[in-house]
Amino acid sequence: MEMLVASAIGILTAAGLFLVMRLRTFPVILGIGLLTYAVNVFLFASGRLTLGAAPILRDGIDTYADPLPQALVLTAIVISFGMTAVVVVIALGAYLSGDDDRVNDTLPDAQPAPRADGEAQK
Amino acid sequence: MTHWIVLPIIIPAMLASFVILAARYHRDIQRVASVAGTLASLAVSIGLFWQAFDGTLSIYQLGNWAAPFGIVLVADRLATTMLVLTGILAVAVLLYAIGTDWDKRGRHFHALFQFQIMGINGAFLTGDLFNLFVFFEVLLIASYGLMIHGGGAKRLKAGTQYVLYNLLGSTLFLFALGALYAQTGTLNMADLAARVAMIPAEDSAGIRVAAVLLILVFAIKAAIAPVHFWLPSSYAEAPGPVAALFAIMTKVGAYSILRSYTLIFPPDLELTAGLHGWWLLPVGMIGLAIGMIGVLGAWRMDRLVAFSVIGSMGMVTIGISVFTEAGISAGLYYIVHSTLATAALFLIVDLVLSHRGGAGLRLYASMPLPGNAMIAGLFFVAAISMTGLPPLSGFLGKLLILDATYDSPLVVWAWAIILGSSLIAVVGFARAGSIVFWKSRQIAADHDDPRTEMDNVETKPAPVPQSLPVLPVVAIGGLVALIVAHTAFAGPITAHFRATSAQLFDQEPYISVVLGTEGKEIKEGGNALGYKKDKGGKSEEGYGATDEATEDATGAATSGTGEGH
Repeated sequence: MEMLVASAIGILTAAGLFLVMRLRTFPVILGIGLLTYAVNVFLFASGRLTLGAAPILRDGIDTYADPLPQALVLTAIVISFGMTAVVVVIALGAYLSGDDDRVNDTLPDAQPAPRADGEAQK
Repeated sequence: MTHWIVLPIIIPAMLASFVILAARYHRDIQRVASVAGTLASLAVSIGLFWQAFDGTLSIYQLGNWAAPFGIVLVADRLATTMLVLTGILAVAVLLYAIGTDWDKRGRHFHALFQFQIMGINGAFLTGDLFNLFVFFEVLLIASYGLMIHGGGAKRLKAGTQYVLYNLLGSTLFLFALGALYAQTGTLNMADLAARVAMIPAEDSAGIRVAAVLLILVFAIKAAIAPVHFWLPSSYAEAPGPVAALFAIMTKVGAYSILRSYTLIFPPDLELTAGLHGWWLLPVGMIGLAIGMIGVLGAWRMDRLVAFSVIGSMGMVTIGISVFTEAGISAGLYYIVHSTLATAALFLIVDLVLSHRGGAGLRLYASMPLPGNAMIAGLFFVAAISMTGLPPLSGFLGKLLILDATYDSPLVVWAWAIILGSSLIAVVGFARAGSIVFWKSRQIAADHDDPRTEMDNVETKPAPVPQSLPVLPVVAIGGLVALIVAHTAFAGPITAHFRATSAQLFDQEPYISVVLGTEGKEIKEGGNALGYKKDKGGKSEEGYGATDEATEDATGAATSGTGEGH
């Protein structure tokens, strides 16, 4: 199970970083989504991986799952969900008003208008 | 236990909710509530500052739960000083925004403003790393809204960059927190400090990774050299008053570095030795150089000020990076100075923008501004202070930092870069000031200049007001007066900052006060549930822990649930 979880985190992070480096809003937002999945699994793993263990103290139970990372993950999920919604709205606004979905800055002298032929930016 | 400590978080949180729910369509009520609330939290902050002035460490346990289980707020010298700074800045910015009607360009300015203050105050007060993350998010969410306040294509684009960059930063922060928790099993700062000190040297790999991730996150927030790219566009495109408020946001990053790397990973800790000590100083110097060269190369006034923020954060980093009492107190002095100077400059630039008509902020001569002499005078004083010319606070801060780096092995480099970059900054600011204010009578508006792109205010060029409004000038004048006061009372202020950094290096009282204060008695599970016992075990009554936290809006409440168990 450790191998599975570790490689899941690794693959999600790698894919997320690759998408972030595409520098167009849609892939970047997807990439950040993947990165937040990766970090959520990572937070889970930080409380050690246990199967079928109770998180709350009871008489007669010896093995426990750490409940704190679960609460942390919950918080992280809520925040990243809200943030993703916000960034989608802002990015959409920027795309619709500027007609350009590039994330990086255009040069001061360059025309901000998009290039239909997809030619690389100076 | 005093409840005053939580008020700088509660007041803006309640006020923001009130403004959204009850006063959504009533601009005047919003303004009155916002000003009153900001003044009230400033008053409370000053009270807390007074309480902490003699070195008293007071803590507040949310829901009355004892430290490693519940969340604590800690009011020490550093935190309360930053609170007061935030409060003063907020009052000035708010007056400016009201006086220039910036708050009329969108419905939620005041609500977002208050949420931002709540996040900043919370970040300064909290004694828990996950709670710090939550308050970072609170202040960031509010800043996203403020950043694109007023709209416009360029602002939205800069806003997208800003949000995406910060989302990546937040993800990194969570990775750092996960790594820290995996190594220590706690996220309370005092508890972390105690436990990190107990980790044996041969198990240091994990904690060293966590320490580096954490400083990287804070470096992003503080816009320290290699990760500063988000700053110029965001700050330049943000509305003037918002950019001025953002002056404190980079300092939140610097504060977090100060807090974590004196308390959790103190410089004499062998476990993390050689991790951040050696590169922080060069990185600060690079930041300073980049910032000041950017000042010289900027073609617009707002970008000029934004680059000077990077430069001043580089200077702060240089001060902090030596990790001595002298260095940190110099860094703190410079933090206060650069917050005031940056905010004043951003407000002045905004005033120029609104009075210059079609010329925008580009650096070429145009018709003289109404009230040219007044604005020019304020710009002159703020620029002198920012570039560190005598006699104002920038000069004193620079002297303190030069003095603090004297024993460093890189002293030659540090002095050369600090002094050289000051010269470049002087040239940059002098050029901007003389073109915009002095050459204004020789109108040479060359509209064929390739750089005459449309300005970021997409709304059609408003008729230029012919006289200066009073309130904005009062706000800027207040900030400039504070810069002068910061210079005039440099003696007592540096004495206070020396005491502050002494308190930072003396971790023992912090740890013992936070961990030693009794919370509420835990009925089920016996009173044996002490701090060293089984951390996960707690009865379901633990849900009561959120009673108090629910009051202080989403941020604290969410993490209250998170940490209570």
